[in-house]
Amino acid sequence: MEQERKEFWRWPEYRWTLPDADWRAGQIVTGGIDVGSVSTQSVIMVDGRLYAYSSMRTGSSSPDSAQKALNWALDGTGLTQKEIHYIVGTGYGRLNVPMANRTITEIACHAMGANFVYGSSVRTLLDVGGQDCKIIRCDEKGRVVNFLMNDKCAAGTGRGIEAFSELLSVPIEHIGEKSLQVDNEPDPVSSTCVVFAKAEATGKLREGWSVNEVIASYCLAMARRITELINRLGIEKEFAITGGQAKNIGVVSRIEKEIGIKALPWKEVDPQIAGGIGAALFAKAIVEKSRKG
Amino acid sequence: MIANYGYTNGSGTYLITVNTEKCDGCGKCVSACPYGVLEIIENDFDPIGEGMMAAVTEEHRKKIRYECAPCKPVSGRTELPCVKVCEREAIDHSW
Repeated sequence: MEQERKEFWRWPEYRWTLPDADWRAGQIVTGGIDVGSVSTQSVIMVDGRLYAYSSMRTGSSSPDSAQKALNWALDGTGLTQKEIHYIVGTGYGRLNVPMANRTITEIACHAMGANFVYGSSVRTLLDVGGQDCKIIRCDEKGRVVNFLMNDKCAAGTGRGIEAFSELLSVPIEHIGEKSLQVDNEPDPVSSTCVVFAKAEATGKLREGWSVNEVIASYCLAMARRITELINRLGIEKEFAITGGQAKNIGVVSRIEKEIGIKALPWKEVDPQIAGGIGAALFAKAIVEKSRKG
Repeated sequence: MIANYGYTNGSGTYLITVNTEKCDGCGKCVSACPYGVLEIIENDFDPIGEGMMAAVTEEHRKKIRYECAPCKPVSGRTELPCVKVCEREAIDHSW
């Protein structure tokens, strides 16, 4: 008998449009497209106000993903690509965004985006993406002061969580809460390498650990690894997290515990689209500069 | 802005640091590096301005441990050519 198969790593794609808003009333319509290694976000802003956004998985073709994400964000708004004054591409795949007027590094975009999402009090920003994590120190205007990136391997990133949700057959959205449903915090898995950690997790399951304990163990290992990176650069309040892992309470709460500082909570705006927001804000600044002459 | 290029792994920390406040993009470090690790790029961290800055090339960022090995004390060289040639003292390193 064929069993029901589910891809547990598949996180939900989503889109959003500002209700009851008309883009025609705006002076500057800009777009930011953040083509990451795992997900692609497209953000449309009108006069520096969030108007629409979409987030979807990056396929094997960056240009296609960028176009799809943009089309999806524009869906139902009546706005077309031609009417966007300026588009900035960012992220790993930024050189493959055909409709972008220019590209800007995702480090600058995330700092700018976090300034928008969390407010100007953010001084230390952690961006945990699909395939790397970065620590960014920024000033009150969202400008980068100092940064450190770890893109050497997938340990401590969203891709690692995807691998674990698949291994343990736990839907990826539930990883965070499940990791907190343990009586005692288990030791972290000793290897941060995703491949070795998976092998270790399989061993733990055989020893009789519960699924929740294994998840907790991996989340803790990931938090420790990220904390190492944070400590290298030093931390200054306020602290905020962007990227997909900002939504993983299991990792976020453990990082907070390790560094002893609470991360700013996110409210309406999804922290995963911060890079796209930053790109759209830079696009606005560029348009303003060119209009002034 | 202080840009750190490189990484930390189990064997140590390998970073080349460029201070963009000091770097004027003159490019002397690029020709001083015998291994072509550096390049001059548009200052991406200040997209509204139009300054240039030195950076480690994309290709070398994950290989600094090996590419920069000839310029480590263990190889007998104490002062790095890129650091030495920079009059504005904009370049630094982690070893």
